[in-house]
Amino acid sequence: MITKRIIPCLDVRNGRVVKGVNFEGLSDVSSPIELAKFYSDNGADELVFYDITASAEGRQLFTDILCETARQVFIPLTVGGGINTVADFDRVLGCGADKVSVNSGAIRNPDLVYEAAKLYGDQCVVLSADIKRVDGVFRVFAKGGRENTGMEAIEWIRRCVGNGAGEIVVNSIDTDGVKGGFDLEMLRAVCDAVSVPVIASGGAGNIQDFITLFDTLPGVDAGLAASIFHFGEVAIQDLKQQMAAAGIPTRL
Amino acid sequence: MIAIIDYGVGNLFSLKSSFAAIGAEAVVTADPALIRAADRIILPGVGAFADAAAKLRDTGMGDLVREQAAAGKPIMGICLGMQLLFDTSYEYGEHRGLSLIPGCVRPIADAIPAGYKIPHIGWNALRFSGDKHPLFRYLSEGDCVYFVHSYYATGCDGAVIATAEYGAPLTAAVARGNVYGCQFHPEKSGTVGLSILKAFCEL
Repeated sequence: MITKRIIPCLDVRNGRVVKGVNFEGLSDVSSPIELAKFYSDNGADELVFYDITASAEGRQLFTDILCETARQVFIPLTVGGGINTVADFDRVLGCGADKVSVNSGAIRNPDLVYEAAKLYGDQCVVLSADIKRVDGVFRVFAKGGRENTGMEAIEWIRRCVGNGAGEIVVNSIDTDGVKGGFDLEMLRAVCDAVSVPVIASGGAGNIQDFITLFDTLPGVDAGLAASIFHFGEVAIQDLKQQMAAAGIPTRL
Repeated sequence: MIAIIDYGVGNLFSLKSSFAAIGAEAVVTADPALIRAADRIILPGVGAFADAAAKLRDTGMGDLVREQAAAGKPIMGICLGMQLLFDTSYEYGEHRGLSLIPGCVRPIADAIPAGYKIPHIGWNALRFSGDKHPLFRYLSEGDCVYFVHSYYATGCDGAVIATAEYGAPLTAAVARGNVYGCQFHPEKSGTVGLSILKAFCEL
């Protein structure tokens, strides 16, 4: 039985993790490498590095950090942020990333998913979609959730899967940061529409939110979160112990 | 020294790093002299079978692997590299493999009930077939490893040393003499994966 994955997401700017973390035993709490090792040692099933750097220098720092992380951490590594071209795929895959997540880059250039999937395989291309309800309709937002593209989200996801996206990260802007649980309604709509793995993001506040997610929607393959892991509100080992106790297939 | 064969398929950065992490010297190479001098060989691979098989043929690496296998050197195929060890793959047509282990490679979709997602992607538990193989000497039954694949090896019953349950028992690892294969990615399977590579270095 395939296990449900728990994925911490690290925002990296200029080679450092943004937002402080608070773990004992970490010598450098804003080092992406240290944090990646910590999560890997403590039960994370996969890691997402999200590059929020704007400058070319920062991008180079990110690439260096990625290489060093892949040298030391041996779980799947997904990279997102600033992925606009096939050359960007090359840049991060050459540093040991296993999957590349595209968001605004795919909105600007809808051929990107197809081109990348053809070159690197579907399993390598993750579509990340920021979705928000507008007048009762799921709409895709770009630029970190600031700009309504007007595109209907389920149709957009279907189209990207048709073009070769091998996994979907569904980030609900409506539940993001609220810590009231994942957006089950939105996730159900995506699970019903596509047959590739679906990763839930946005809204987790506690352990029960993950258990509710996997119990309610067997079609969801993974739960992704950032601050609740970074701030120690949810320890991944506790989360996975409780998932297993609740009968959810879990890697312990 | 371990030779990781570079025949233009996939990114070998993590694989090389994982051997470094267990203190084993590994080189990524297409140099026949270096490969012949190596103690052990890793045949990696991601992507499409036909493309990889053609590259093995065109670079001469396929013949070299067969020669080294016949000479008794421990060889491990990983992911698509494992699938290439078999006779035939039915991934988009019918393609010849290296025939180092009898069997063939077929779509997972043909083996499992509807409702299971393809590819089989994520962490799944290993079930040992028969006695625990020396490759798994540091593992316990049920330890999880990381899979990403849409095709699986079948018709190779005598060689299967572990399976993973995904609607059907899918071939997870094989061994025949000095030739080994892992469908999963040991270099992406945390400490469990590293311990399999360590065991391979000790075989």
